[in-house]
Amino acid sequence: MSSIQEVQDEIVSEFEILGDDKESTIYYIMELGGSLEEFPDNERVESNTIKGCQSKVWLIADEKDGKVHFKADSNTDVTKGLITLLLRVLNYRSPEEIIKAELNFVERIGMGSIIGSQRSNGFASMIKQIKLYALAIQSKQNA
Amino acid sequence: MGIEIEKIRGLFPVLHQEVHGKPLVYFDNAATTQKPQAVLDALNNYYSTDNSNIHRGAHALADRATRYFEETREAIQLFINARESAEVLFTKGTTESINLVASAFGRKFIGSGDEIIISTLEHHSNIVPWQMLCEEKGATLKVIPINDAGEVLFDKFEKLLSPKTKLVSIVHASNALGTINPVKKVIAAAHAVGAKVLLDGAQSISHLTVDVQELDCDFLAFSAHKLYGPTGLGVLYGKREVLEAMPPYQGGGEMIKEVTFEKTTYNDIPFKFEAGTPNIGDVIAFKAALDFVNALGKDLIRAHEDELLRYANELLSQVKGFIPVGTAAEKVSVLSFNINAMHPYDVGMMLDANGIAVRTGHHCTQPLMKRLGLEGTVRASFAVYNSKSEIEKLAEGVSRIARIKNK
Repeated sequence: MSSIQEVQDEIVSEFEILGDDKESTIYYIMELGGSLEEFPDNERVESNTIKGCQSKVWLIADEKDGKVHFKADSNTDVTKGLITLLLRVLNYRSPEEIIKAELNFVERIGMGSIIGSQRSNGFASMIKQIKLYALAIQSKQNA
Repeated sequence: MGIEIEKIRGLFPVLHQEVHGKPLVYFDNAATTQKPQAVLDALNNYYSTDNSNIHRGAHALADRATRYFEETREAIQLFINARESAEVLFTKGTTESINLVASAFGRKFIGSGDEIIISTLEHHSNIVPWQMLCEEKGATLKVIPINDAGEVLFDKFEKLLSPKTKLVSIVHASNALGTINPVKKVIAAAHAVGAKVLLDGAQSISHLTVDVQELDCDFLAFSAHKLYGPTGLGVLYGKREVLEAMPPYQGGGEMIKEVTFEKTTYNDIPFKFEAGTPNIGDVIAFKAALDFVNALGKDLIRAHEDELLRYANELLSQVKGFIPVGTAAEKVSVLSFNINAMHPYDVGMMLDANGIAVRTGHHCTQPLMKRLGLEGTVRASFAVYNSKSEIEKLAEGVSRIARIKNK
């Protein structure tokens, strides 16, 4: 499995190919969402939503062989694409890796100017929630 | 003679820019309109040459500032055909105007068991102040239902009216759908049971002729910034006898006649409702916005905007997957829609990437969206400076986006 940094570098080079055209960048992000793992309908509940997102985002996590397994979904295609990027970097990693991860791809691809400041706040909330899940699973492992 | 669109566009500096490498198409006018150069100049002039506190200073600058400030009040009086300029109060915006009525009128004239009527089309700012008042006073809020086209059901409204009705607060033109309500009929029916009527004119004021004497409304609330004027400034019109019967809204300077520690007597209207130093610069600059609208005339503006709306409907209805939301017979130039199988946020982002500014979401009308069974819509709203070629860009953009999910 590639390291967190390697996956981030891959994402950055993919976005470089897209160049400055905002429409094709957004279209690309929307397309990415199609590859998201199926989210169970019974988990689409208020307690699994992430606060601070303009659109609805559901996120759940469990532990598999010492690694954290995330599932997430959204009601908007752009957000689904953003989740896909995040999970590509952080899914199936140890809690420690996730907690320590420095997500520099966000800044390197210029996410702020692609998705705007309101969505950037939502994106930051997603990252925070992912790290909180990792912390919770880590403390369970250490218990 | 029609609108000379290029000449008008030339008056609005903000329109001449690129967004994401595309020429800006500004279709978020129901949220706020852009400001003509004359308004920007008036703001600059005021702070450069006249800045002073008004009504009390015994010096030349204060005198000038006071004169210009009161000239705007007189210009608004003429604009809405109030009987006198004292019936025109300055506020922060439509929201504060409505809250002023809820607070001051509500405090004295709404009691336990009384009823307030609003419509399903209301903006949150014409819902929440009444809910707060009803909760405080033990009054009841009643809501006029709508049909699927987004029109209020007048016969249902008549059934809601009773001697318990103390106030009807209704939007003149819906911000989310553009529906123009039959407010003259509503006002007459409300008056027949002795109720007062507040008209939320936030959207109608820039599109329609709003004549408070002809409509006979008791209150009219609107914002300067949706009428080509500055932000942070609103108007509340009230009939003299109603305003005089109301207690003050806020206490402070300007609103008093005489203050002793034992008792304070209040100033006359409009000053009774204008505690503290008002938004002088924006009030003065607002006159330039009114002059701009008056120079064109509402008839010409409405004819132009109606044609933009008709053209937009014509082009967009040919797009596969286009779902219009709000199809009332009488509308201002607001086009709310969805694209089949797409979330409005995604559509809005794709349009933004094409340089087209629209609003997406619930438009601060969550109960209306719930009634329509929608999470939100994409809203394109047109102003006098928009052109048919911009409508064509919108149609092209929507058509390209719709093809993603509607092949």
